[in-house]
Amino acid sequence: MKYSTRLRARRLCEWSGKPVAFDRKLKTHQYGGLSIRVEGLPRVTHVSVGQHILIEGDDEDHPYVAKVLQLLESSGEKKALVQWFVRVFEIPLNKRKLLGREPHPNEVFHYEGANCDNEVSAESILRTVTVVHVEGSAPFPASSDSDTFFVKLSWDSRRFSVWSECEARAPSPLAASLPSGPSPSSPGHAPSSPGPSSSLRRTPRCRPTPDFNVMKRASSSSYAEETRLAQEAESLHSASKASASKSLSAKRRKCSVKTPGVRKRLQLFDDSPLDSDLDLLLAEDLKTVEIQTLSPQKPRISLTPLRRSASYSQSEEEDRPSDRAMTPSRKREAKSLKGPMLGVLAEVDHENSPLDRVTPRSSKRKSAQVVSKRIQRQLSMLSGRLDMDTDSEEEFVPSKQDQSSSSEEEEEEEEDEEEVGKRRPRGAARTPRKTPQKTPRKTPRKISLGSPRTPRQYTPSIPSRCEPARRPGTNLEEARARLHVSSVPESLPCREQEFQDIYSFVESKILDGTGGCMYISGVPGTGKTATVQEVVRCLQTSSENGEIPSFTFLEINGMKMTDPHQAYVQILQKLTGQKATPDHAASLLEKRFSSPAPRKETTVLLVDELDLLWTRKQNVMYNLFDWPTRRHARLVVLTIANTMDLPERIMINRVASRLGLTRMSFQPYSFKQLQQIISSRLNRIKAFEEDALQLVSRKVAALSGDARRCLDICRRSTEICEHSVGGAKEGGARARLVEIGHVMEALSEMFSSAYVSAIKSASVQEQIFLRAVIAEFRRLGLEEATFQQVYVQQVALCRVEGVAPVCVSEGLSVCGRLGALRLLLLEQSHNDLLLRIRLNVSQDDVLFALKAE
Amino acid sequence: MSKRKARDAHLPVGDCVAQLQQELRNRLCREELPETPEGVTAQHKHLVELLRRTALHGESNSVLVVGPRGAGKTMLFKSVLKELLQDEDISQTLMQVHLNGLLQTDDKIALKEITRQLHLENVVGDKVFGSFAENLAFLLEALKKGDRSSSRPVLFLLDEFDLFVHHKNQTLLYNLLDVSQSAQAPVAVVGLTCRLDVLELLEKRVKSRFSHRQIHLFCNTTFPEYVRRVQTLLQLPDTFPDQRFLQDWNSSVQALCEHRSVEDVLQRHFNSSKDFRSLHVLLVLCLSRVSASKPSIAPADVVEASRTYFADAKANMLHGLSILELCLIIAMKHLSELYDGEPFNLQMVHNEFKKFLQRKSSSMYNFEQPVIMKAFEHLQQLELIRPLDSSGARTQREFQLVRLLLDTSQITEALQRYPQCPTDLKQWAMSAFA
Repeated sequence: MKYSTRLRARRLCEWSGKPVAFDRKLKTHQYGGLSIRVEGLPRVTHVSVGQHILIEGDDEDHPYVAKVLQLLESSGEKKALVQWFVRVFEIPLNKRKLLGREPHPNEVFHYEGANCDNEVSAESILRTVTVVHVEGSAPFPASSDSDTFFVKLSWDSRRFSVWSECEARAPSPLAASLPSGPSPSSPGHAPSSPGPSSSLRRTPRCRPTPDFNVMKRASSSSYAEETRLAQEAESLHSASKASASKSLSAKRRKCSVKTPGVRKRLQLFDDSPLDSDLDLLLAEDLKTVEIQTLSPQKPRISLTPLRRSASYSQSEEEDRPSDRAMTPSRKREAKSLKGPMLGVLAEVDHENSPLDRVTPRSSKRKSAQVVSKRIQRQLSMLSGRLDMDTDSEEEFVPSKQDQSSSSEEEEEEEEDEEEVGKRRPRGAARTPRKTPQKTPRKTPRKISLGSPRTPRQYTPSIPSRCEPARRPGTNLEEARARLHVSSVPESLPCREQEFQDIYSFVESKILDGTGGCMYISGVPGTGKTATVQEVVRCLQTSSENGEIPSFTFLEINGMKMTDPHQAYVQILQKLTGQKATPDHAASLLEKRFSSPAPRKETTVLLVDELDLLWTRKQNVMYNLFDWPTRRHARLVVLTIANTMDLPERIMINRVASRLGLTRMSFQPYSFKQLQQIISSRLNRIKAFEEDALQLVSRKVAALSGDARRCLDICRRSTEICEHSVGGAKEGGARARLVEIGHVMEALSEMFSSAYVSAIKSASVQEQIFLRAVIAEFRRLGLEEATFQQVYVQQVALCRVEGVAPVCVSEGLSVCGRLGALRLLLLEQSHNDLLLRIRLNVSQDDVLFALKAE
Repeated sequence: MSKRKARDAHLPVGDCVAQLQQELRNRLCREELPETPEGVTAQHKHLVELLRRTALHGESNSVLVVGPRGAGKTMLFKSVLKELLQDEDISQTLMQVHLNGLLQTDDKIALKEITRQLHLENVVGDKVFGSFAENLAFLLEALKKGDRSSSRPVLFLLDEFDLFVHHKNQTLLYNLLDVSQSAQAPVAVVGLTCRLDVLELLEKRVKSRFSHRQIHLFCNTTFPEYVRRVQTLLQLPDTFPDQRFLQDWNSSVQALCEHRSVEDVLQRHFNSSKDFRSLHVLLVLCLSRVSASKPSIAPADVVEASRTYFADAKANMLHGLSILELCLIIAMKHLSELYDGEPFNLQMVHNEFKKFLQRKSSSMYNFEQPVIMKAFEHLQQLELIRPLDSSGARTQREFQLVRLLLDTSQITEALQRYPQCPTDLKQWAMSAFA
């Protein structure tokens, strides 16, 4: 662990008293109080749970204010869980005006924002202070004491709202009502007198929580029952899911060996209107995870996050002094987002502490997530409105990257803002399209669907048409629309097994917060990309429902970039919106995936057409597969390519080894599956005869098993059918079915070779030339001849046929025409007489075509 | 036309001929679209339906029009487009992007061209175009933003489709066809190509995304149709100002087409190629002989035009050679016959020539070695002979191996037409052995 260079004197921390609780899973001891001594000074500061403290930041005159929620020791490091308060200067300049008045110099705001680490190292605690809650309308009491702060409002990184202590306390009575959840915040343990008013205020806070020892007994006795309850809750939970896959995932989670213990640092929001939901969810989730504690291998995993977070909280500020120097205003904002910590989770954490013996800490994270998800949604709605007036000083400097752990939505909004702002002065009249209308988002932004940033932050688009496209009228038109490859089917039939495999792979990685790679292969048109996208859609739905942590989905396609190294640029752009050169992007991503961050969602990266990312040194592939193995990456990479043995064929060992053995191959569809696909797409629209469907699917299955081909043939068949109806009688109202004949016609159109008909319709000299070629081949016994040789034969054949012989120039042009059709394969034409000629069709085909005439 | 002219509809012959020339040259050289495309009704209908669905229903499609050169692929497409654009709805919504594989030789140029034709470049900002990668991302983004029912359909015409296939990774084709197979802005990708095997050139992923619709265009015209076509091409429309001249001309055209020698010429053309473009060239040659003094096309004109048309390029070049050069050519002809196409060098040719001089020294002078060398180099510059390998600079010029790029028939023909060709030379050329 690093220490700030600013620390002139080292502070020594000691626990006062014995540990009040011990978390077996996390191997943490919890203490009621802490005494801090500065080396060489006699003064000792006592800090206890519930007190307000100053925590050193990078600004020595204005340390951070926070409230201690928990004191704990894990693997030798002393830490404190805190609830942050932000001071005015920590709020970004442009948002301060939201306050609407001059802030009191000692005013702080209860921080309810997301995205910051609420674990701080005990060494960073400076001293205790007093925080007084002042009613919204009441004036600030006159106080010259710089150690007294006043709190009126809360700040959630977007807006101020009235903060009352009952709001903040809301979770505690709820927690108390749960048999398992609550735990005492150790009221008896040396509350070393904060300010009188504050202590008064704090007391009721602890009141609802029962006595610690009593609690412990109660919890242990009810443990068995809880397990049962939890199972019930869980099964209820899963029963409510409609889709089989979701219930599967729920079951999976239930019996999962993997613990979400790593998901330590989830952002949590304090949000009052949700409290009623909250306790339900809390109850359910707390129990759920208890079952998971039975799994054996957790302690190992669960240790890491704590350490990471603690070290990060200190080191992150030291790591990037340059960033700070560059963007001072930025820094403030970032700090305000980063510094203060969160309410509900911390509170729950705290109150759960004695029970941690049976309940892993992760349990609360889960419940907290549920809440956070909802709050996020609300916030995004609010931000839609509020951010209208935020100014857009944003420049995407690299330093922003690490701070962009702030909500994605906000960033997005600001960008939109910026875009509008920038475009307007350029003259809206010139742009053919309208500037985008700003509508508040009703739903949380799905990152996968979110637009990757285009050059210079413009969002181009094809202008929209004046009147909407016509709707399909007849049943054949309807069928055709449904059979179009682009129409998104309700479900993906015949890929259930693959779907489940990928789903559980990705889901488990998201739940564990780990990373991994998967290689998916299969010939074109077997639904690889569609299945993965479906999986992501399902995962996104369940993450919206709060069943799994939220994650970021990005998609890159080897074919959609100009150079393999553009992959870095695209990933970075989709991840953070920054633009960078490939090299710079690679280093930024490297940093991002290898360094711990306060709050990091799992990133699911879909790499389509992997083989095109091949470079001679294979460093793009190497990086893509190496990042997931990093400890802090939380990156799941799904790669798609056509060949099954791609790793063995083109990858060097170190790349193939990192890709691992998680592979899946999509088999070409069998005719039954193709039939099922068509019928599921048609969805009871009667447009095809049974036999016709079977013919199509059998034919395609025999050829390639490509579903796209199958759908295209069906579409063409409906057209042919339509035309034949139109020809027969104009009254197309009567529903016609596609018959076998129509399918046959479509098939022959698509698959028959045009060579024979091309030869048949060729001119006389061209036909003679082809015959001359064959005659010359036979004479030479080779499959190649020069033009001069063939020309001699041609002149001879012309005499036989009684046709005027051609001159050399004309013969060459005849030869050139056949070459353009690729009936002949020719050398470059400047070879003139020495041009070498080969046939591109079999001799039999030529003879057949010429004879049939 | 003013009323006055319409009343006394007798213009001077010169004016009539000038108008005639203008009318017919427009038809033959500018490739004006015919009123109705002939012989391609089914294909026409197919393409019209397809594009109409894209324009009106927002259904994405991809199609290849395949046919030999001069079969009327572009004509078909243009007439389809003309028909579609008569519809008010379509002409207002449909956006067009025309690309040509000969012009857009790589994806970078093609992307810029697409951006320009879609009028998206002013969205990019002051810096008109960023890097290739940005451009691609930009365009894909634009297409992705759209959806089936609300965005304007875009028609992509890829002329010389086969040349796009050779672009790196087939990025452009993959992306266009991918858009056409996904729920993005509606696009119709129409490719025109003369390669029958174009599908085999597509990369498997690109191929899978292509809808495999192919419209084949072949010239299935028969000879009577061909003659009729010639007649309609030459006949003047009824709107021609001078009625008397019109009637005279049209009847003379009819008589011309029925003439025996003209029919033979047309038959020869028809045998050679059914391509109408080459026919147009022939007819323009005939038309250029029409003047005020001779206000009709005579059969002899057609025959003469045909002779010009079918003249062998190399044989024509031989007419411009000196006697010495001709001698060298003949010597080379004997050498390549003697050694069955094996290459030879200047020294061998010179020896052969010297042998001829020894036998027939009466009519020819002996030339110095440098003069012969000069003549030899001239032949090489005319590409009548070609060095065996291009890096022949190292060997001495006398011994550089070359090959003759002339056929025996060409040499014989040239000698027969060569003005005042010495008979010795002719005999030497005809003799089987030197």
